[in-house]
Amino acid sequence: MDGSSIGKSAWSALGIAGLLFAVILGATLVTSWGMSWLAAVTLAIPMALLAQGIAWSARYTCRTNPLGRTEPWRIALTHLVAAIVLAYLWVGIGRTLAQWMDSGLAMTGTYKRFQDIQKHLYGVGFSYYLLAVAFHYMLLAQKESQEAQERALESSVRAREAELSALKAQINPHFLYNSLNSISALTSIDPARARDMCVALADFLRLTLGMGEKAVIPLREELSLLDKYCAIEKVRFGERLTLKEEVAEETKECLLPPLLLQPLFENAVVHGIAQMPEGGWIRLEAARNGDRLALTVENAWDPEAGSSRRNGVGLRNVQRRLEARYGNAAQLQASAEENVFRVKLQFPAETEKTK
Amino acid sequence: MSGADKKWKALIVDDEELARKLLREMLNSHAEIEVAAECGNGMEAVKAAAEHKPDLLFLDVQMPKLTGFDVLELIEREGVAVIFVTAYDQYAMKAFDVHAVDYLLKPFSRERFEAALERARNTKPKKGVDAAELAAAARPAGQFAERIVVKDGTKVSLIPVAKLDYAEALDDYVSLVSEGRKHLKQQTISGLEMALDPALFVRIHRSYVVNLERVARIEPYGKESKVAILTNGVKLPVSRTGYSRLRKLLDEKT
Repeated sequence: MDGSSIGKSAWSALGIAGLLFAVILGATLVTSWGMSWLAAVTLAIPMALLAQGIAWSARYTCRTNPLGRTEPWRIALTHLVAAIVLAYLWVGIGRTLAQWMDSGLAMTGTYKRFQDIQKHLYGVGFSYYLLAVAFHYMLLAQKESQEAQERALESSVRAREAELSALKAQINPHFLYNSLNSISALTSIDPARARDMCVALADFLRLTLGMGEKAVIPLREELSLLDKYCAIEKVRFGERLTLKEEVAEETKECLLPPLLLQPLFENAVVHGIAQMPEGGWIRLEAARNGDRLALTVENAWDPEAGSSRRNGVGLRNVQRRLEARYGNAAQLQASAEENVFRVKLQFPAETEKTK
Repeated sequence: MSGADKKWKALIVDDEELARKLLREMLNSHAEIEVAAECGNGMEAVKAAAEHKPDLLFLDVQMPKLTGFDVLELIEREGVAVIFVTAYDQYAMKAFDVHAVDYLLKPFSRERFEAALERARNTKPKKGVDAAELAAAARPAGQFAERIVVKDGTKVSLIPVAKLDYAEALDDYVSLVSEGRKHLKQQTISGLEMALDPALFVRIHRSYVVNLERVARIEPYGKESKVAILTNGVKLPVSRTGYSRLRKLLDEKT
């Protein structure tokens, strides 16, 4: 939908109105006011055209005085003054025409008749202008609501696209390639484990992709996703990866944006565990302090292992998503101590019931 | 490769056990190849390479501490056919810069693996490979080195560039001075200079590159030349062009 289609329908409406106006004016001139048919037609057609011009001009006074954004008295005053001036102008031109018809076209008596009926014509011009004002305001309102609808639709599509691309970016392709390589190795060494890993990988992908549809999920769902993720990484890293979990029972129903913790775990693996020949640990802590939920992801890391290559995309993503949902009510702190890298998230604790 | 009658010695370097097992399994059907050692990280690889003198090297890129490229900087390259094995495709160009025979992307098929072996067989390994070229290839494009790898005898050291005081050219080697210790590395000083961030390190002399943060003051020395005095008291000669470079950098900082 665009503005031009509204313009077209407005033009045709005005055209039809103009035609009707000419017919009614002509007929009235003949039947009520005793003009000859020829004189009535000669007078009615130019005057109807002129009236249409005036009706169209109402579009500009309406646009410059939009409803709802202009004080009512101002709208009333503007249009009343415009109606009086335009009606006066319209009748004036009509009179000049009648005068010319009287002398120039030898339609004697036209001017005399016009003078008799001109008080009615003032009324017609005045009302016709106001009618046009109503018509244009209606048109503007229609256009505005259509635009608002389009805007709302567009922004919701954009938000969804952004969310989807953020989620897609979070499935690290190298994680997939490495996992598939592990499966490839296991197929001959240990087929049963290869099958387990296929299933774990499928579960992980299904959960990850399915979560994209939801704005929030309970923590327990994120935990089950982390379980799958860690099970896969344990196959790759074996003894090098140790996990510790301290999750308070009352936090499990708390809501959070999906895939908030997974990128933090992935960071811990890529920049922590994978950089240490002997491996290391990842620890997750979830606690509820009154109406706040505190989530901490810690991992062992070697500050000298050259993991300064971490570019922080994952962390920034988490921060952005927290901000999008909780605004200033959420905090993210990342700190690197001697041998521990820690990310602490705090935000309002919501559950399905309190939401 | 050497004569067909002789067995090839292969080294498998990957930090994931399963990845190593996979390579070993695929090599099983090749009686002419013997796996001399499996290494779980770069340090082990450098040691094993010195010990076994392999003909064939399967090398992962992303490993703890030393990357695959670091390993290549530190081992004797002559007569070694290198096949990179990694899940990351972004190092492929670099791999060819360091004259790798092939680049296997994980996961790979048996056919692809055989093709890589075939290439290794048919490629005459380059004699010497320029160390500076290797070092340049080892770091991400458009970035400067964050650390320098050196081998003192059998021991491998990583020197973070922030801890490097200065470097001195000694024929085909550079002497890297860090925390009161000197490390020798086979590299030209120009090669080293290119690897370092020009905002932090400056070539003050034909034979010297200095860490700007270590420079305490500059004093005149003789008629024409100047000398830089470092925070630890060490004096280094400064040439005329070196002085103008130094001035320019210091002016930018203030």
